[in-house]
Amino acid sequence: MRICLLLSMTLLAGCATVQPWEKGHLAKPIMAFDPDPLTARQHKQIYTSKEAASGGQGVGTGGCGCN
Amino acid sequence: MLRLLDVQGRQHDLADLRGKVVYLDFWASWCGPCRQSFPWMNQLQQRHAKDGLVVLAVNLDAEAKDAAAFLARYPASFSVLYDATGASAKTWGVKAMPSSYLIDRQGAIRSRHIGFRPSSAVELDAQIAALLQTP
Repeated sequence: MRICLLLSMTLLAGCATVQPWEKGHLAKPIMAFDPDPLTARQHKQIYTSKEAASGGQGVGTGGCGCN
Repeated sequence: MLRLLDVQGRQHDLADLRGKVVYLDFWASWCGPCRQSFPWMNQLQQRHAKDGLVVLAVNLDAEAKDAAAFLARYPASFSVLYDATGASAKTWGVKAMPSSYLIDRQGAIRSRHIGFRPSSAVELDAQIAALLQTP
């Protein structure tokens, strides 16, 4: 119980409230998951076509890598 | 309660603008809708300055050079004040960017607007025109 409390307190220390006007750094392109949406979509399409059964990224493809 | 400096280091106090209708806008360089609001605010200032309207924009960028780059692309013909600490935004309870406040001639906050869309402009134009009519 005590360990659990301690652990959660250490983890919570990493949380901070970002005010609406403090989002400047978060808005930088370098902070995006996909800096270039077009390239990211292309990568997903190739990945999905090669990994036929997995995928599920919302990008349509037949598994042959042709579409 | 708003007392901030402009780029020349001149102090602007909201209390000095009693008797004027004030459109107070909080913005930052990274905020998308702010880009749309600037041409409209320029127009607003131009159209209604003679009727007693003052447009005040408070920049909340942490770094002044970001604001300068924004203003080079989207010039402002109204007063821009700087608050890198964000203290004024906290006082005014800014919930999103951009946020604007419409203040009447008696110095009371009449309405608050969050965000900016072309439809916002239409709505705000009507509100401001109505407020300018009232003494």
